[in-house]
Amino acid sequence: MLKVRIIPCLDVKDGRVVKGVKFADLRDAGDPVEQARLYDTEGADELCFLDITASSDNRDTLFDVVARTAEQCFMPLTVGGGVRTTDDIRKLLLAGADKVSINTAAVNNPEFVKQAAEKFGSQCIVVALDAKQIKPGTFEIFTHGGRNATGHDAVAWAMRMAKYGAGEILLTSMDRDGTKAGYDIPLTRAVANAVPVPVIASGGVGNLDHMVAGVREGHATAVLAASIFHFGQYTIRQAKVHLSQAGLPVRPTKERGN
Amino acid sequence: MSVAIIDYGSGNLRSAAKAFERAARDVGYTGAIAVTSDADAVAKADHIVLPGVGAFLDCRRGLNAVPGMVDALNEAVMIKARPFLGICVGMQLMATRGLEHHETLGLNWIAGDVVTLVAPPDAASLGPGGTGFRIPHMGWNELRIAGPHPVLRGIAPGAHAYFVHSYQIQCADQSHVLADVDYGGPITALIGRDNMVGTQFHPEKSQATGLRLITNFLAWAP
Repeated sequence: MLKVRIIPCLDVKDGRVVKGVKFADLRDAGDPVEQARLYDTEGADELCFLDITASSDNRDTLFDVVARTAEQCFMPLTVGGGVRTTDDIRKLLLAGADKVSINTAAVNNPEFVKQAAEKFGSQCIVVALDAKQIKPGTFEIFTHGGRNATGHDAVAWAMRMAKYGAGEILLTSMDRDGTKAGYDIPLTRAVANAVPVPVIASGGVGNLDHMVAGVREGHATAVLAASIFHFGQYTIRQAKVHLSQAGLPVRPTKERGN
Repeated sequence: MSVAIIDYGSGNLRSAAKAFERAARDVGYTGAIAVTSDADAVAKADHIVLPGVGAFLDCRRGLNAVPGMVDALNEAVMIKARPFLGICVGMQLMATRGLEHHETLGLNWIAGDVVTLVAPPDAASLGPGGTGFRIPHMGWNELRIAGPHPVLRGIAPGAHAYFVHSYQIQCADQSHVLADVDYGGPITALIGRDNMVGTQFHPEKSQATGLRLITNFLAWAP
């Protein structure tokens, strides 16, 4: 049986892991390479690495940090942040990424998602959506860390991106990001029920019950979290034990027979 | 001793190479591990690895575009019987035909077709955590092992491997299926015969299980 994936996410700014609240008030959470090594040892199912450096003048730093992070990972590594061209994707794959996450560039030029999926395969293309509730039950996509409204409805946008070849949707609730109040379940469920591809729930995890709810009520196929892992509130192992006790299928942190 | 990981413009080659380097260190393998697009280097290598991600047709075209590569592969694997590992689309290319978008000929080493994964009709209520059988089949799944094989040494039934794909090979001869997984029905996970094996999953991304398979492959002398 396929297992629910638990994905720690490294938000990286200028080569350091940071964590904020609602995309602001960033605080330092360590060295990405060290963190990657730790998560690989702990048996995380995947690692997500998002470069949130505001400008693109730091690209070379990014490729270097991705390469050094990838050296520590024998699990899938998704890298996002500022991915705008097929050349960016190629460079990230060469640095050791397995998948890339496209966010703003998809909004600016939806055809880019199509081109990327045709060139590199859907399995390699994750489309990230940052969504905010604008009225009860209605969610809109925002870009640039939540500053720019796009006018796109989150559910319709996710469906369009899946149709264009996105192999996976990384769905972040901007209202919940860093609040520890739990995933936005209505948002997650609305998107997950509308698309045929896997959906990663993101934004707002404060405890392990939130992860269970993300899958069971939100219908997510994977759950992403940052601060609860970075600051040592829970280990990957504790998260897996908790999900397993709740009846969800997870991969044990240590395999038999190895 | 040497390993050639074939570079034909497809895939996460760095990931594959670094997993081989790590596995080689773990078992004291002293041979060279080279990522190469040189057909002569492939012809001379002791172990050959064909990775691949993306579409079957693109990968086949990419392979054809490297001068002498298809001939070098056929000679090394089919005539000289060198150990061969295909990964993901590299595994699918071992088949007779790929039916992704267009009919495309494979290397025809393992009789079978590469076909689209189809989610079961009642998918919405089933699947992991009741979230449905989504395509791509993406994540960790448990291997159901058909029988002992040198590359599976030390890997227990139920060990997890990492998959990400929307197509799978259907072998004409079921004895070529060395392992499968369940995802609303069987999905081919590992194929092989004689001196060749292919994994639908990514050993380079499957942590301890994957590294074990790679070390087994390095030690394999069929």
